[in-house]
Amino acid sequence: MGQYIGAAIKRLEDPALITGRAKYTDDLQLPNMAYAAILRSPYAHARIKRIDTSKAAAMEGVIAVFTGEDIAQSGVPGVVPVGWLLPDLKTPPHPLLARDKVRHVGDGVAVVVAEDRYTAYDALEAIEVEYEPLPAVVNPADAVKEGQPLVHEDAPNNIAFDWSIGDKEATDEAFAKASHVVSLDLVNNRLIPNAMEPRATLADYNPVTGELTLWMTSQNPHIHRLLMSLASLGLPEHKIRVIAPAVGGGFGSKIHHYPDEAITAWCAMQVGRPVKWQATRMETYLTDAHGRDHVTHAEMALDENGRILGLRVQTYANLGAYLSTFAPAVPTYLYGTLLSGEYDIPAIYCRVIGVFTHTTPVDAYRGAGRPEATFVVERLMDLAARKLGLDPTEIRRRNFVPPDKFPFQTQVALQYDSGNYEAALQKALEIIDYKNLRQEQERLRQEGRYIGIGFSTYIEACGLAPSAVVGSLGAQAGQWESALVRIHPTGKVTVYSGSSAHGQGHVTTFAQIVADKLGVSLEDIEIIQSDTDQVQYGWGTYGSRSAAVGGSALAVALDRIVEKGRKIAAHLLEAAEEDVVFEDGKYYVKGAPDQAKTLQEVALQAYLAHNLPKGLEPALEAVAFYDPPNFTFPFGTHVAVVEVIPETGEIKILRYVAVDDVGNVINPLIVDGQVHGGIAQGIGQALFESAVYDENGNLVTGSMLDYAVPKAHFLPSFEVDRTVTPCPHNPLGVKGAGETGSIASPAAIVNAIVDALAPFGVEHIDMPVTPEKIWRAIHGNGRS
Amino acid sequence: MGVPIRVEVNGRVYEHTVEPRLLLVHYLRDVLGLTGTKVGCDTSQCGACTVLMNGLAVKSCTVLAVQADGAQITTIEGLAKDGELHPLQQAFWENHGLQCGYCTPGMILAAYDLLQENPNPTEEEVRHGLEGNLCRCTGYHNIVKAVLDAAQRMREG
Ligand code: FES
Ligand code: FES
Repeated sequence: MGQYIGAAIKRLEDPALITGRAKYTDDLQLPNMAYAAILRSPYAHARIKRIDTSKAAAMEGVIAVFTGEDIAQSGVPGVVPVGWLLPDLKTPPHPLLARDKVRHVGDGVAVVVAEDRYTAYDALEAIEVEYEPLPAVVNPADAVKEGQPLVHEDAPNNIAFDWSIGDKEATDEAFAKASHVVSLDLVNNRLIPNAMEPRATLADYNPVTGELTLWMTSQNPHIHRLLMSLASLGLPEHKIRVIAPAVGGGFGSKIHHYPDEAITAWCAMQVGRPVKWQATRMETYLTDAHGRDHVTHAEMALDENGRILGLRVQTYANLGAYLSTFAPAVPTYLYGTLLSGEYDIPAIYCRVIGVFTHTTPVDAYRGAGRPEATFVVERLMDLAARKLGLDPTEIRRRNFVPPDKFPFQTQVALQYDSGNYEAALQKALEIIDYKNLRQEQERLRQEGRYIGIGFSTYIEACGLAPSAVVGSLGAQAGQWESALVRIHPTGKVTVYSGSSAHGQGHVTTFAQIVADKLGVSLEDIEIIQSDTDQVQYGWGTYGSRSAAVGGSALAVALDRIVEKGRKIAAHLLEAAEEDVVFEDGKYYVKGAPDQAKTLQEVALQAYLAHNLPKGLEPALEAVAFYDPPNFTFPFGTHVAVVEVIPETGEIKILRYVAVDDVGNVINPLIVDGQVHGGIAQGIGQALFESAVYDENGNLVTGSMLDYAVPKAHFLPSFEVDRTVTPCPHNPLGVKGAGETGSIASPAAIVNAIVDALAPFGVEHIDMPVTPEKIWRAIHGNGRS
Repeated sequence: MGVPIRVEVNGRVYEHTVEPRLLLVHYLRDVLGLTGTKVGCDTSQCGACTVLMNGLAVKSCTVLAVQADGAQITTIEGLAKDGELHPLQQAFWENHGLQCGYCTPGMILAAYDLLQENPNPTEEEVRHGLEGNLCRCTGYHNIVKAVLDAAQRMREG
């Protein structure tokens, strides 16, 4: 590789961000702009008997007030669709504003458009809604029982789907012949994404041309345009332009197509003025799709040597009140398929029941299904180790898929392309000085101090994935990515990428790829993304796919540029094409580098087209639509070292070590940053964060006061390192790096805590592990 | 029932008549168009709206514009002087102390205040000193590094 790929280059994005010059959606203002605010249901489940908007509409500064009835009467499709179908999936309609019933606290019932924000919110209070409150259900394991309130009349027992993967019979047989069985009941706690920038949109409709421009907080502008067109607004796709300006984090929450952005756009079309809406933080808590929320029973069967024979898992997955965009995929194909972990498990069976409840919809949040799977597997490994009297690292080693067994076909559909699990474990053990640390643990126990060491040897499948495969599994989307590379006559480069960064630093990462492949300097490269009018189709950024799929598309397009340039250069040099080499931005005949044609000279000739090879089209640009042959499979070992104070239940993270293998690294600064952020969110899940509903469906943790987003002093500094096993099937050898931290860390932390409390016989504590739960576990029956 | 105010922001004096309930953050963003200051919450938890008022960090979502009458305000737009990045900006950039950048203006100004109080903080002191500012992207690792680095630059400065 050249001088850029692999280098810790400081980000090209940052000068605008550190000086306050970057423009996020809510920073934009248009002439004559109005503001929208949405009235939300205070009830989790209620019949709407009457809405009276007259007082609000009469207020000074109020332009219009609309209800679901108005949207329906306007004749637009008016719904939010689901983008992933499973067999027999129940897909009850999700209208933009509720009409007959509200189904979760925060469900929208009316919208005000006003001259300014303050007036819009004032007017919300003047809208009168008469509700008939109905009983609610919030827990997925309860919601399926007979006699529970129904979220949707056409989904009996609140079941949206009943899905399974693996071989039930073979798994039952494995359990029948097992020497040891360990089991675990757990709740994987519900999380609120908390991107620091609340969702927002600015909609501008031109009634003369019929064009709608939407600036919005989007991770995937083309998906939003498609769904806006087809399902929500009914405007032709080519008349809608979606632009994601600077976006303040997403973590999944800005993938989904929500009602609110569509409502804002619809309002702009009604009032004939640009309309802006930004969620308050409380609204983001009630409407951003939440993550996780599983109730799971899991069992692992082992032989007398600690070899896993089988794994059996049953999960109730909370989907909330409506099916969010990719909700059905998350607890199924992103969860059940990951249950083999890093291990050669001969029999696996997993059943997942997707359940509607009167809560905010649940969808992908950083990790999406894979943290839940990793938690199940890695907790069971520790329970098994304890039962068999094995060191937790030893039982893992005995079950690792060995390096010579790749490609490895799991029992749950995935084929792992590569891996070297032992190497990552070994490196992590060296970093923490494992042997001495265990001795230290023993010594401290004698003194009445309790430290614990927790491992998570995790696998991840990301960089979604062959489009035909995801299509066969129910995706209503493709999963390839695009790149267009345009070399201008002066040799400067513009790249149009279908990826859509919202904090990840694609401009820098992609520019590094271009700089190396074309031999141009970073200043001469522009990366354009996140605008459906500028960028050819693309599927956006989520599921750790941008380097692996978007970067690969770019690499292929760059190769095409180099090849076309070679034809022109060969013609100019009067040489055979196969004799012309391209190096450091120059074409020359092998052995004659001083007679070179620069890329810039070649580009100029391509545009002048005065002297091109016969039959070659003018100009120098190339486009690639890259459909990956497989997922990528990052893996690694995370180790947490904690101290628990039994008297108070207090937890201190003494060390956190992450050894990740994300293949080749384009920018180590950026990759490390991704790992840090993921670990922080995973530690948040393990120790602090939980979205809690009361039995009436009120979100008790409905603000930043009540929901513990980790602060700086909650967290340690992290020790991150790597092994490098390049991905064998993409041109850059890269794998996803954005979610490893949130996938691996919850299990590492909880395993460490349980290890610390081993002398007290504690076997499991559900997340978030709070001091109170620890105290109860110590003073209770061993399980909390 | 507007109230006249006179505020100096980033060295420039502004005079406006504002509603008494207008928050300083909305005055800066919507009236002055200084959108570098962000809004991240409605319970004064996140710190995205942090600015300097008479040299001290305040959350501008907890201050009314009328309370800023007569005050000197520095926002992120006013931190770089004569095209030279402030050492904190430089350190955030070089240490990759930001990802999406949404928390960054507030984080930098909170750190400014912190280093004014304590020019030579420990890692622990930096973490506690930033407790009013949330970042969801970085896990704080590189923010802490950046603040320690900036502290050193400013001491040597
Ligand atoms: S906007 Fe969150 S503290 Fe001010
Ligand atoms: S950099 Fe995104 S919230 Fe801090």
